Amino acid sequence: MTTVWSGNALAEAIEAFAPGSVESSAGIDVWVKAESISSVCEGLKSRSEFKFDLLSSLTAVDYIDHFEVVYHLTSLPMNSSAVVKARVGFGRKEASISSVVPIWRGADYQEREVWDLMGIRFDGHPNHKRIMLWEGFPGHPLRKDYVTYDQSIAAAAPDDSGASVDGGE
Amino acid sequence: MFDGEQVVDVEPVFGYLHRGSEKLAEERTYTQIVTLTDRMDYVSSMLNNQGYMLAVEKLAEIEPSPRGVWLRMIASELQRIASHLVATGFLLQDLGALGTPLIYAMRERENILDLFEMLCGARITNSYLRPGGVFMDAPAEFWPALDRGLDDIVQTIDELEEYLSGNEIVFSRTKGTAVLSPELLINASITGPMLRASGVDWDLRHRAPYDYYDRITFERKLHTASDNYARYWVRVQEARESVKIIKQCIEQIEPGPVRPSFDVVPRLLRPPVGDAYVAIEGSKGELGFYLVSDGGISPYRMHVRASSLINLTLLRDMLIGGQFGDLFVTFGSVDLNMGEVDR
Repeated sequence: MTTVWSGNALAEAIEAFAPGSVESSAGIDVWVKAESISSVCEGLKSRSEFKFDLLSSLTAVDYIDHFEVVYHLTSLPMNSSAVVKARVGFGRKEASISSVVPIWRGADYQEREVWDLMGIRFDGHPNHKRIMLWEGFPGHPLRKDYVTYDQSIAAAAPDDSGASVDGGE
Repeated sequence: MFDGEQVVDVEPVFGYLHRGSEKLAEERTYTQIVTLTDRMDYVSSMLNNQGYMLAVEKLAEIEPSPRGVWLRMIASELQRIASHLVATGFLLQDLGALGTPLIYAMRERENILDLFEMLCGARITNSYLRPGGVFMDAPAEFWPALDRGLDDIVQTIDELEEYLSGNEIVFSRTKGTAVLSPELLINASITGPMLRASGVDWDLRHRAPYDYYDRITFERKLHTASDNYARYWVRVQEARESVKIIKQCIEQIEPGPVRPSFDVVPRLLRPPVGDAYVAIEGSKGELGFYLVSDGGISPYRMHVRASSLINLTLLRDMLIGGQFGDLFVTFGSVDLNMGEVDR
């Protein structure tokens, strides 16, 4: 059975090799400072007490006043998993974090997907382009302030009930 | 880009099947989203349903009904067989074996889809699972049909293997092409049959058992060559193992309700604030669902860790320097599903 690192234990272990990089921890989550994500991930991958050789998933969540990049890590030799999070883009400006592609190549498409759909820039990504949508697509759809096509029609409808979206009155 | 027959450069371009499932999920209830997961990897809908439901159950702290769990394990293992058969059939189709192997594989998949139709009325977009179990018990005629179906599956796999696994043309086209080292595969987050074909014993059903996989014994089939043939071989053997798993499920299934009553698990779920990530062993690799709840009736954010997309990370390493003719074989052996790549 996979053992899951508790947030506090992982935070302590990270502090031991990268002092001052942890912001807080709770449950199974550890929030690290965005600027130290590379050094933390490098340590988590290479140090013998972690051996997180597999980046299971990399994604991001829009919390309105900031974005959160979420890393789910798995260690095959230790059969353990951990969750590392980093907050970026406070005030919705300049959301960027350094890329972890030099550490795990598996981050390649996942970071491109986060950039495409959530609009978080990954500094140092070798091929920083959109992946699902075309270059020039306006906005990043998974952001909470993105207006979808249906919403834009409802907003433009003459009555404010929005009932004419389907054309059926 | 090609230099004569040699592949010089490759650039995958995604997005032609992008439907924005993750965004759509943000304005649907937890039960409605099941229909979206069907349409991601449309040759393994049951597995998508299972991964999503496990994430919902973890998020909303739901204790599933035992009979429902057994039924969904049977359904998802049948789906894994169907998916591996489709992968094998299309690999051989791409190899130039026009028709025959694909038709054999699809004929068997057809029987599995008939079984799904008995279970839930649908064949491909099943939406069979619900929070805490499944929405309907299997009808009485399902069980004898399942027994017959399992025998047929083994027979079809025998048949396929008899004239393919030792076939010289298959050997010469697949052996030694697109070889990847296990370290590189792990570094590129590639999981599932592709990783097991390189000799790494990593199967989430065994290493991180979900549902009742801890009560099941099965062999993990490993191959060490890590070439296109190894990937084909691992899939065929895994389909055999899935038959064994289903037989054990049939033995252990117990009577009872197939899902908790609506007093315990209401129709409209409002999970507590928080997030949950659950990964299952999908047919293509680790299939993960990440859900964030703000306490409302829809998830605040849903992310799908799509193995089809991530398994393509090493596409350039596999293809560049190889022959033009091997390109299609390699695509076939990766077993990608565009519906899951783009979502």
